[in-house]
Amino acid sequence: MKYLDEYRDPVLAGKLVAEIHRITTRPWTLMEVCGGQTHTIVKQGIDEALPEGVRMIHGPGCPVCVTPLEQVDKALAIAARPDVIFTSYGDMLRVPGSTTDLLALKARGADVRIVYSPLDALKIAVANPDRQVVFFAVGFETTAPANAMAVAEAARRGIDNFSVLVSHVLVPPALVALLESPTNQVQSFLAAGHVCAVMGWTEYEPIAAKYRVPIVVTGFEPLDLLEGILMAIRQLEDGRHEVENQYVRAVRREGVPPAQKQIFEVFEVGARKWRGIGEIPASGYRLRGKYARFDAELRFSVGDIHTQEHPACIAGAILTGEKTPLDCTAYGTLCSPQRPLGAPMVSSEGTCAAFHSAGRGLAGLRTGSPAMPLLQIAPIPPARSAGTAEVSR
Amino acid sequence: MCLGIPGRIVEIRDDGGLLMGKVDFGGVRKDACLAYIPEAQLGDYVIIHVGFAISRVDEDEALKTLEILAAMGDLMQTELATMGPGMDAPAVVSDDGGPAGGVFAAPATGAPGGPA
Ligand code: SF4
Repeated sequence: MKYLDEYRDPVLAGKLVAEIHRITTRPWTLMEVCGGQTHTIVKQGIDEALPEGVRMIHGPGCPVCVTPLEQVDKALAIAARPDVIFTSYGDMLRVPGSTTDLLALKARGADVRIVYSPLDALKIAVANPDRQVVFFAVGFETTAPANAMAVAEAARRGIDNFSVLVSHVLVPPALVALLESPTNQVQSFLAAGHVCAVMGWTEYEPIAAKYRVPIVVTGFEPLDLLEGILMAIRQLEDGRHEVENQYVRAVRREGVPPAQKQIFEVFEVGARKWRGIGEIPASGYRLRGKYARFDAELRFSVGDIHTQEHPACIAGAILTGEKTPLDCTAYGTLCSPQRPLGAPMVSSEGTCAAFHSAGRGLAGLRTGSPAMPLLQIAPIPPARSAGTAEVSR
Repeated sequence: MCLGIPGRIVEIRDDGGLLMGKVDFGGVRKDACLAYIPEAQLGDYVIIHVGFAISRVDEDEALKTLEILAAMGDLMQTELATMGPGMDAPAVVSDDGGPAGGVFAAPATGAPGGPA
């Protein structure tokens, strides 16, 4: 497919890896923010092809993984009502709430439907005027334009049996929370390309300056990620801390203003809880007062529910990069993509699921065949081809 | 849910006041909302995310990126041939713990990660 295949070329990937090895003189710790990037990095073995000492920490950018238990439980309470058609992006169906998940509820007769776009949920509402249609509006800034449009369209077209359960999170406050953490190890971020496609990158400039961290807006294909890593390491080696854009073909500095306008017409910024991290001030969107009649939490009076994560699950430490799935005693045994205990195992973009589908650490208990890493096809050209090589330093 | 994919616009229409279109993803065609990229033309590539175009792919930039990458390779080969031992061993370490050993066993110093 155009604009995909070209960015998966193993020969170019090998060249980028060699260049990264050439310029790296010190150990560095980078974090890719977005779950989609984590998926590519782990599946293609990009992290394993980096120079010794260069470490990729997998960031919190998987909306499925950070949606707090309370919101999942609220979704379950609403979806269980007989008058409700509950609609959601597919990834949310298997996220465990405190007692069950949406998929199990559906198997027991609840009307839960997967939609690809929130506009499909609106269509369902139009087709079922005697039912309440609720859409689970989750995601980062990338889904916000779509979710905002669904609410605005419902208002414009008077679709009153439609409402949204909002659990929207934002990237920049999460980066600040990570950087403020006393255990932070991250020295540079690969920012999520599509979040920046919508929002631009002006919000990241003060973060890069204040915390002296290079931030590289990066795409999702293997070559994008390798180039993003190269640009980040180049900045680190040079002692620079700027916002740079690797994903030039899709991201402009100002983002997409009509999308931002629609977002802020419908939503305002407010505090949000993040699963595994806790509450972060001004880290999410909530509906503005004038759209309150589309707020499913008010419409169905689902109060706050406080619940415990599974005791074995270390999702919080994984989301902040302190631990990896291999540190979790439940990984691959009690917890698998078929029977997830925690959110990072649910979505294919979650770190635990990404590790699992790549077969990491599953020797002996392996269930599926691991993906073929791209970088194995393209062996890294060794830098020591010259006669000067092999001298010890 | 979170993956945005590039596709080519093959139809643009007004759907009751909303700018909609059809987008071709290598043979698979899907409806998408084009309201946020009103300047998009038939044949343009856009990134589609949960049914919405959230960015237009700049064809020139896309090609430029690939050209730079390709050119850099050749320059690099020359450079590589004249260079001493670098950090050329494929890494053992990444996400399964800290640096394993060698020159990088010591923790990073002067890390710019903390608040300044
Ligand atoms: S492997 Fe499962 S139980 Fe362990 S941290 Fe990941 S999601 Fe939680």
